[in-house]
Amino acid sequence: MSELSVIGKRLPKVNVWQHLTGTARYADDIQLPRMLYGRLLRSPHAHARIRGIDTTRALAHPGVVAVCTGADMPERMGIMPSTQDETALAVGKVRYVGEPVAAVAALDEDTAYEALALIDVDYEPLEPILGIEEALTREDVRIHEDSGRPANVFKEVHLEFGDVEGGFAAADRVRDDWYFFEGSTHAAIETHSAVASYEGDGKLTLWTSTQVPHYLHRELEKVLGMPRSLIRVVATPNGGAFGGKSDPFAHEFAACWLSMRTKRPVKFTLDREEVFYAHRGRHPVLMHLRSGVKSDGEITAVHFQSYLDGGAYASYGIATTYYTGALMTVTYRVPAYKFDGVRVYTNKPPCGPKRGHGTTQPRYALECHLDKIAEELGLDPIAYRQRILQPPDSRTVNGLRVTSMGLGQCLDEVRRATGFSERHGQLPRGKGIGAAGSAYISGAGLPIYWNEMPHSGASVKIDRGGGVTVYCGTAEIGQGSDMVLASVAAEQLGVLPEDVHVVSGDTSLAPVDLGSYSSRVTFMAGNAVRQAAGRLRALLAEAAGERLGVPADRIGLAQRRAYDLADPSRSLAFAEAAVLAESKHGTLMAAGSYKPPKGIGGDYKGAGVGPSPAYSYQAAVAEVTVDLETGGVTVERITTAHDCGRAINPPGVEGQIEGSAYMGYGEAMAEEQVFRGGLHKKPSLLEYRLPTSLDTPELRAIVVETVDAEGPFGAKEAGEGPINPVIPAIANAVYDAIRVRFDETPITPAKVLDALQKGKARVGPDGLGTRGDPKAALRRLGATTAAREKKRAAEPAGSPGEG
Amino acid sequence: MTKRLLALRVNGETHTVAAEPHHTLLEVLREELGLTGTKHGCELGECGACTVLIDGRPVLSCLTLPLEIEGAEVTTVEGLANGPELHPLQVAFAEEAAAQCGYCTPGMLLAAKALLDANPAPSREDMARAIAGNLCRCTGYTAIYEAIEKAAVVMRDVPRGAGAEPPRREGASNSSRMGAKLP
Repeated sequence: MSELSVIGKRLPKVNVWQHLTGTARYADDIQLPRMLYGRLLRSPHAHARIRGIDTTRALAHPGVVAVCTGADMPERMGIMPSTQDETALAVGKVRYVGEPVAAVAALDEDTAYEALALIDVDYEPLEPILGIEEALTREDVRIHEDSGRPANVFKEVHLEFGDVEGGFAAADRVRDDWYFFEGSTHAAIETHSAVASYEGDGKLTLWTSTQVPHYLHRELEKVLGMPRSLIRVVATPNGGAFGGKSDPFAHEFAACWLSMRTKRPVKFTLDREEVFYAHRGRHPVLMHLRSGVKSDGEITAVHFQSYLDGGAYASYGIATTYYTGALMTVTYRVPAYKFDGVRVYTNKPPCGPKRGHGTTQPRYALECHLDKIAEELGLDPIAYRQRILQPPDSRTVNGLRVTSMGLGQCLDEVRRATGFSERHGQLPRGKGIGAAGSAYISGAGLPIYWNEMPHSGASVKIDRGGGVTVYCGTAEIGQGSDMVLASVAAEQLGVLPEDVHVVSGDTSLAPVDLGSYSSRVTFMAGNAVRQAAGRLRALLAEAAGERLGVPADRIGLAQRRAYDLADPSRSLAFAEAAVLAESKHGTLMAAGSYKPPKGIGGDYKGAGVGPSPAYSYQAAVAEVTVDLETGGVTVERITTAHDCGRAINPPGVEGQIEGSAYMGYGEAMAEEQVFRGGLHKKPSLLEYRLPTSLDTPELRAIVVETVDAEGPFGAKEAGEGPINPVIPAIANAVYDAIRVRFDETPITPAKVLDALQKGKARVGPDGLGTRGDPKAALRRLGATTAAREKKRAAEPAGSPGEG
Repeated sequence: MTKRLLALRVNGETHTVAAEPHHTLLEVLREELGLTGTKHGCELGECGACTVLIDGRPVLSCLTLPLEIEGAEVTTVEGLANGPELHPLQVAFAEEAAAQCGYCTPGMLLAAKALLDANPAPSREDMARAIAGNLCRCTGYTAIYEAIEKAAVVMRDVPRGAGAEPPRREGASNSSRMGAKLP
């Protein structure tokens, strides 16, 4: 690799100017002639049979143009083809408060809203299942009668690698811990929005704030019963997503169906409360972790069990379940590993992927667990981790291929930046410092539906004036993917990112990319663009070489010029080289694609989740002050080092690291998914308690570059991994401050104060079923549900769930 | 409900619009005037995405009725640039990567403008207070502080009216959600 002219430079994002001038067009900004406004009627019940729906009164309401219900789109759908248990609108049964039941299209939004109260739904309420223990044991209440598994189990996974029994037998000490990681939601500031337009030519276009236009395209074909060739999905710029816009949603199908019915464009924009119910956020997970270690700390065996509270539907749950176990082996040497995972259905909004998908919860458990082991062995927690690192270019016991591996450097960086080793265990009571490490995938090794095609495709075109256009199906969700693609193309072709137009997220204009999930875009789409642009680069070099009278391999391309590497004073303008190349080769357009190599995972059932072409690594140190009188914890500073392979755009990488630390801080300290009889207790941005600027600690980001051999220009992911070490680092810092282990999140002032007052050494679960007698919990929930129903019956109209 | 005619001054232009009297300034800006740069994340005064300036003060347009502000000067993100010349905050936000998804950005820019117009050399605490009602889920706020600091330096080279008290946002959301103490 010669010197890079674009990669690694601190350049503004190509799409930032629209954001700064108010001209970026998000889905709700779209206005089309004759457009109708849609609203969804949502279930007020956590669990009920639908005996009938009568839309007569709503249809008769002035200004209402069309209404649809589940019966209009009864086809099963869901993001994972193997576990499709949803319908666009509820059919026969509702399984959570807020589940969409019917949809209205009207001349204006106020009318659509009024019409919801005129849809008569006859419900037969059923007992709700609201917790993991109940879900596992209540055979008599089945959320999905046809699931084919006992009680309310969605998925069970049991995997074993290496000699687990022998490993524990060889251990000098064995440590057992239970952990609980609270669920949380994404809370992107843009609420979900979609506009569908069915045109006279029988073609349908859906503009929507989605992370996965290609997968949505497939589901629309299935549910609408319309060939995919007639459907175009355009992912509009997402106003934040974080995993929350990566499922197909009711409003997207309803917009399409109502537009097809009325032959008019239809827009749906969810309100904030609806987004809390649409959810698909982080799973609450109860975990048991057992490790055997030698007296020097070497791990001999690990047994990890996870119980995931999945909510009412599958979403990505099958992948989430596997992910809780899969990446426990890529950071530290684990010679024998057993994993048991169970995901259950409950009558709550469906859980799905949130930044760190399924790995954030077990990482919290593992890094708190290692902190305890280090303490027992009298080792510095960072030095201990460095002693047991999984080596680069190795295989884990569960078959995962590890290539570039910068965890050791990340740990070094955060130690140096914070003076960790001099301060840990030495600070006065109430002050603490804690550390943790972690890893994440740079894209999943397999797509969600089985096929042999590329995971990412891109095409690149050069016009006669020297402009470059990149076409790629990626969704720009604020993570900076358009800038990554523009930078890769610009570096290859010797222009600047500002010379590159990016057409992304459009299923009609751009080749398929699987979407902006699993931190796959930089690695996979970056490689696809690199290949496409590389093909054009060869044509430019050949044409420029002929003109300058030097071989093509002596041509360099940079700063909008093609030049002789041996004598850079001899050069052509890029646009001139483009004209020569087009004259010689015809239209300058090339395609590229990327597919992860085979053989990067194991060959057992379940080996599909975990493999990735490269893992990112990160380490964090948190510094806290605990108020011993109030229990309030102030996180003073979070320092995170992240191995991103190579920073294509350093400010973009730093922004992902800082944003991850901020998001992890909120999850560690405050965010809670709490329900009363299936009703979300905090479905607003005020009550849900996201960190504001006044709450957020000082955040320091350190970029570590290991230059991955397979990544585009050496790059790996940056969007998700950096959240993972932050939460356990905070818990470990709180322990350093007050000698109380927080084996559950969030670490609230009430819990801290209670622990201080009662002299507790630990706050957390003690096992399955000990979080209160499930029968008693049920009785309480039954009572609150009955009270709520009584109150609702006394109210004239409307309900919180119908917003 | 019957629509009423309103005369609104927005970004230096006077518009006569017909709007339902119960529709908020946010709705009228976006739906009647096509000024979709102003965003919404809750329409309950909780997120700050809809922040505009009214006579230079940051106000939540989702909690403001246009009838209340006839005659006042409204500034939205579309009015931030001076003709073709971007405001120093816009340039600094680009250079410091202070906008990721860009959705909170218009409100953030206007809250920051109100701060800098009143306080040309704000501390980090001043900045944290000024944007405490504007939730950002992407950046962790760090890059936003860096951008405001950078813009402040540029703007101090071109002095404007100074000495006024920093304006306080009206409404309930300008606070910590997690118990942070105001300095």
